[in-house]
Amino acid sequence: MIGVLSYLIFFMILALVFGIAVLGLNLQWGYTGLFNAGVAGFLAIGGYAMAILTGPSREAVFGGFELPFLVGLIGAMGAAGLGGIIIGLVTLRLRGEYLAVATFGIAVTIQLVCLNWEYLTGGTLGLIGIPNPTHELASAPLAQNAIFLAMVVALTALVYWGLQRIVNAPWGRVLKAIREDEIAAESLGKNPALIRLTSFVLGCMLMGLGGALYVAFIGFVSPFDFLPIITFQIWTMLIVGGSANNRGAILGAIVVWAVWTGSGYIISQIVPPEFQAQSGAMQAVLIGLILVLSLLFRPRGLIGEKLHVSRHAKL
Amino acid sequence: MTEPLLSIRDVHKGFGGFKAVDGISFDVPRGSIAGLIGPNGAGKTTLFNIISGLYSTDSGEVILDGVRLTGKAPHQVFGSGLARTFQIPRPFPAMTVLENLMIVPRPQAGEKFWNNWIRPGAVKAQEEELRAKAEQVLAFCNLTQVAGSEAQNLSGGQHKLLELARILMADPKIILLDEPAAGVNPTLMRDLVDRILELNAQGYTFLIIEHNMDVVMSVCDPIFVMAQGRLLYQGNAAGVRSDASVLDAYLGETI
Repeated sequence: MIGVLSYLIFFMILALVFGIAVLGLNLQWGYTGLFNAGVAGFLAIGGYAMAILTGPSREAVFGGFELPFLVGLIGAMGAAGLGGIIIGLVTLRLRGEYLAVATFGIAVTIQLVCLNWEYLTGGTLGLIGIPNPTHELASAPLAQNAIFLAMVVALTALVYWGLQRIVNAPWGRVLKAIREDEIAAESLGKNPALIRLTSFVLGCMLMGLGGALYVAFIGFVSPFDFLPIITFQIWTMLIVGGSANNRGAILGAIVVWAVWTGSGYIISQIVPPEFQAQSGAMQAVLIGLILVLSLLFRPRGLIGEKLHVSRHAKL
Repeated sequence: MTEPLLSIRDVHKGFGGFKAVDGISFDVPRGSIAGLIGPNGAGKTTLFNIISGLYSTDSGEVILDGVRLTGKAPHQVFGSGLARTFQIPRPFPAMTVLENLMIVPRPQAGEKFWNNWIRPGAVKAQEEELRAKAEQVLAFCNLTQVAGSEAQNLSGGQHKLLELARILMADPKIILLDEPAAGVNPTLMRDLVDRILELNAQGYTFLIIEHNMDVVMSVCDPIFVMAQGRLLYQGNAAGVRSDASVLDAYLGETI
């Protein structure tokens, strides 16, 4: 029983940490129509920023400032936001699949930098010993994880509330207008470049927050945490849950993470040991399958978009 | 004659070797309903796109009420007081008709995202004002009954009215309409023409591209005729009807 509970806590922590990143993608894609295929890159920036700011100092590697957890979170969001500004400015003129290709390439570049810039990132070994703030508050692992979950729930709620306030509002209405018809929006006095960039940067900051929480929870960071498959997973979570709906984004994160971890468990139980290594690929196939099924049979996701944008304009 | 409201001065625009607009100059008087006619491919919509900032010019300039529009981005042109519709209407399809209107006025406090966190009262008050204004405009344009519908569910004629209604949310100095009567049934077209005349009486200036000669001849003065990127003729309806070059290039026969 304790085993199930502790697993559920562990599961929910990771699901919600990804959920925060999905909320960031939802702002970019769901509300603004920005095809960011480089989610992994922004998770990586946030994760490494956390590790560098809060981690222990070590020889021949930059950082290890041992700063407080909260500073790490803010720094991670700031770093991902700064990355978002730079990448956003560079790719401002790109639309649709062109933006997707560019951001995908940038994310791969970021991952390769993480892999090879040993002075900054520790290279293939990554950075270990990242302090988990709950370890000072409780000694039992279950209690530690329960506290971490409470914190992640609170952060998710805060992010959700903050997003709802700004998307169900005139600002969200402009985002949606740009998604729907950018030329009409700019002919009606809206500045698409500024609005697209703002939405992109805010979304990237949330991805950075997700990456930072992930790293603080598992206690280390390595370049292999940020392979392109993670971008694919975050996207699937959004599409399955319901694009342009923040509750859908969180629900999608939980559902898809359940499918991912559940299928991993089942595969480990039924597949003979000599095929275990290859069977991991089945997980990715399964995620692809639910993405396709969702697009075919429930294109609006589990919880779809609402018609009214501003909460002040309900009829 | 008073100073013109909108002044097009020797505007050129080419696409590759093709000269879409080849040295156009004309003035739209304040308070007029000016017509812009000519055969398909004459460069009328290209000229609209230049005036509204969607296209850059190769040379020449556009002046609105003493302010140079040339070089401004579309949203800045709109801010200067020039609003336009599109030949193929561009509503925000997945938004309600009401919100298609409410989005237009500016500045809106709630368009700065942080104001929705720190000044929710101001945003709410402004939204209520916008909504009241939108409801007035919808009533004026006979769209009240579809206020809560998704814009994509409206008919083609209603889309034309919706585009006009959106513009009226902003009180522009001049309104450019690109084929407002195209694909609109006769009663709705009468509606649209009545709205234009009423707005003109209130002081709005219009520049209208239109192929429906009944509409053009009855409401537009002056009328500018374009062909092959050049200005062929300008004058009133009677003059257009009797000008040999216009008959030859566009009208084809006497009407």
